[in-house]
Amino acid sequence: MKMKGFTGTGALIRLILRRDRFLLLACVVLPALLAVTEAATFNHLYPTAALRQVIASEFASSPAEVALLGPIYAPTIGGLTAWRWSMFNALLVGLGSLLFVIRHTRTEEEAGQFELLGSTVVGHNAALSASMIVTIGADLMIGALVTCGLIGVGLPITGSVALGLSAAAIGWTFAAVAGVAAQLTESAGAAKGIAIVVLGLSYLLRAIGDMNEHGGMYWLSRLSPIGWMSLIRPFADERWWIFVLFISLVIVLTVAAFAISSRRDMGAGILRPRPGPAAASPRLRSPLALAWRLHRGTLLAWTAGFAVYGAMSGGFAKTASDQLAGNLQLKNLLAQMGGSSRLSDGFLTLFLTLFCQVAAIYAVMAALQMQTEEMEARLDPVLATSVSRLWWATSYVLLAAVGTAIVLAAFSLPAGLAYGLSIGNVGYELPRVLAAAMAYLPAILVMVGIAVALYGLMPRFTFVSWGAVLGIVLLELLGKILQVNQSTLNISPFTHVPNVLVGEVSVMPLIWLAVVAFALTVIGLVGLRRRSIG
Amino acid sequence: MRGLCVIQIKNLTKYYGKHLALNSVDLEVEQGEVFGFIGPNGAGKTTTLRILLGLLRKDAGEVSLLGGDPWRDAVALHRRLAYVPGDVNLWPHLSGGEVIDLLARLRGGFDQSRRDELVKRFELDPTKQCRTYSKGNRQKVALIAALVSDVELFILDEPTSGLDPLMEAIFRECVGEFKRAGKTVLLSSQILAEVEALCDRISIIKEGKIVETGTLTELRHLTRTSVSVETGQPITGLSELPGVHNLSIDGARAQFNVDADAINSVLRCLVQFDVRALTCTPPTLEDLFLRYYKLQPRGSTP
Repeated sequence: MKMKGFTGTGALIRLILRRDRFLLLACVVLPALLAVTEAATFNHLYPTAALRQVIASEFASSPAEVALLGPIYAPTIGGLTAWRWSMFNALLVGLGSLLFVIRHTRTEEEAGQFELLGSTVVGHNAALSASMIVTIGADLMIGALVTCGLIGVGLPITGSVALGLSAAAIGWTFAAVAGVAAQLTESAGAAKGIAIVVLGLSYLLRAIGDMNEHGGMYWLSRLSPIGWMSLIRPFADERWWIFVLFISLVIVLTVAAFAISSRRDMGAGILRPRPGPAAASPRLRSPLALAWRLHRGTLLAWTAGFAVYGAMSGGFAKTASDQLAGNLQLKNLLAQMGGSSRLSDGFLTLFLTLFCQVAAIYAVMAALQMQTEEMEARLDPVLATSVSRLWWATSYVLLAAVGTAIVLAAFSLPAGLAYGLSIGNVGYELPRVLAAAMAYLPAILVMVGIAVALYGLMPRFTFVSWGAVLGIVLLELLGKILQVNQSTLNISPFTHVPNVLVGEVSVMPLIWLAVVAFALTVIGLVGLRRRSIG
Repeated sequence: MRGLCVIQIKNLTKYYGKHLALNSVDLEVEQGEVFGFIGPNGAGKTTTLRILLGLLRKDAGEVSLLGGDPWRDAVALHRRLAYVPGDVNLWPHLSGGEVIDLLARLRGGFDQSRRDELVKRFELDPTKQCRTYSKGNRQKVALIAALVSDVELFILDEPTSGLDPLMEAIFRECVGEFKRAGKTVLLSSQILAEVEALCDRISIIKEGKIVETGTLTELRHLTRTSVSVETGQPITGLSELPGVHNLSIDGARAQFNVDADAINSVLRCLVQFDVRALTCTPPTLEDLFLRYYKLQPRGSTP
């Protein structure tokens, strides 16, 4: 490899740090915050060794828990924290690292920004090396902060170091995976797709392997970097040699990425892009058809994700409630949240509220696709045809509403089915869970309404709708714990959703929410009709 | 003969915040003419066109497009016109062919054989995804999507930027065909050769104000011929003549610009000094353009 290919790496590193300093800061701090919070929560909920032993064996005996979070190696605060934190943060750090690398390599290249840079004194490997160096550094920072945080809350130093480093190792691995993926395709989207599939497969292999720890397929998790992460066993007789595996893999992938990068043309990939259709399908003839065409991939991904988590949640509700029946403290907590004496209903309510909040994120994102279209200047040519603003914007609102209904169904149908199967009463549970999820639709549409109103009246302030979503999530999560008074809780549309699972059936709040959502949407559409575009 | 007005703009004013983008712009485009709208970046060309399309609100003035109000009657009017934006941004995951069909259908339909012919003439591969197109190819997609429609008016915002000379020639052919078919074209451009070749009338916009409008001949008449002369005897008295500008005399050589209506008197004066060589360069659109944009200090009138 010729060294001149790396000229300008330093300048690009500074550019990346300058552009993404806040993003990097947020991404680096988050995993440590989660780790410290989880350690503190375990400390608070299970203060005695006996209690921890009980909870650890209960969790460990649930296949759903093991599939989701992996095995528990030690019934200590450290062991429980490592178990609860590792898998979710492996996905978080892995995803963050791979997206970051692609963001500063293929995305820029696809946008043609390297043509400008490439003609200056910047080598063809500079972008790859700069983005890898920043990502690897950021991952190391994550590891260091996690380690410091856990030592800070009083956990053993060795285990804290092992857990922190394990996250960094996952980050490096997927940064390297992304480095290779970015060389393969001409499109950043496809490169992200490849890297995310590798991440998903790693998680899946580990899940299957961990569930069959004593069966024939345990070796599957040994093939997965995420499986290696849990094999490090932080706080439980750490196996340091696993890091050698990580480092070897990172080196192999990085060398491969640079080897391809040195040999390929600017803008080109190894995989040829597939040609599209030469003519549009006869159905592609309305703004709604266009909006659907642009959105269907996103909707499919959300639907698939929600279906998987729905099935898991439904299947988990019964097991968890059976196993936790003995834990009075947790039972009370869930009963308080669900307002139900049936523990499994409490679990389902908990999952449902959580996923409906995530569905609100989806809904707002789908509605604000309008703004992306306007900002990327793709709206001008559409509005210069005989498409009215009203019809155009209504297409996106309609799609956001229908998409939300689909996503809610995608969560609640498998959840209801799995739950019904587990307690042997599908005919009763399936419609009940579906109705409980659908009851959230008007509340979510209020969030869409807020986004549309802002977009129509004050497009510069659409970020406020994300603030509103965040506020509602925080109110739902912390409202009861912090004993926020009812009038504050009433601000959130989610507060007014009847809990169908515990038999609340009141239609009036739903009608009111729908009216508010409709009114906000109309305000936004009228505003859009009256303002300048672009 | 003055025909019907397809576009009529009077005193159009537009602010972006405090910045005055258009300062009482007047513009009239008649039916069947190819009208050139020239000016540098940021002069207000795109702003004017986007107001004509009902995308931007005007702050003051009157705008009439095909007999209607571009803001109020946007949807109905847009069936009768086609637009090529200055900055072509396409949906990255749609193919070029899909975008052409979609935009033309949203406008109200198109003729399939005409579409195929244009794709062939512009040598576009319609199966590629838009994100893989170069700037020139994106421009072709937008052009074909507009040219394929059988409409009365074409509003083209720098339609040939990024096109190679061959494709530019094909674009000129297309505009010629429209002209013969009696269609109206409003063409904003920076490529003066293109405007000279295509346009019947021209408006020049500068800092949000129309500074000149007319046919190319009329505009040429307004500007100065540059003269370079060599004489047997030293030249005197030239600087006192009306219509002579930027005079520089170096013994028996002189260079100056002269107003069109002063050429005769200047020649009569020069003859006295025994003219040995004389070069007259007629003004090009480029001279005109530069005269408005470079030589004139801000705020003064030509």
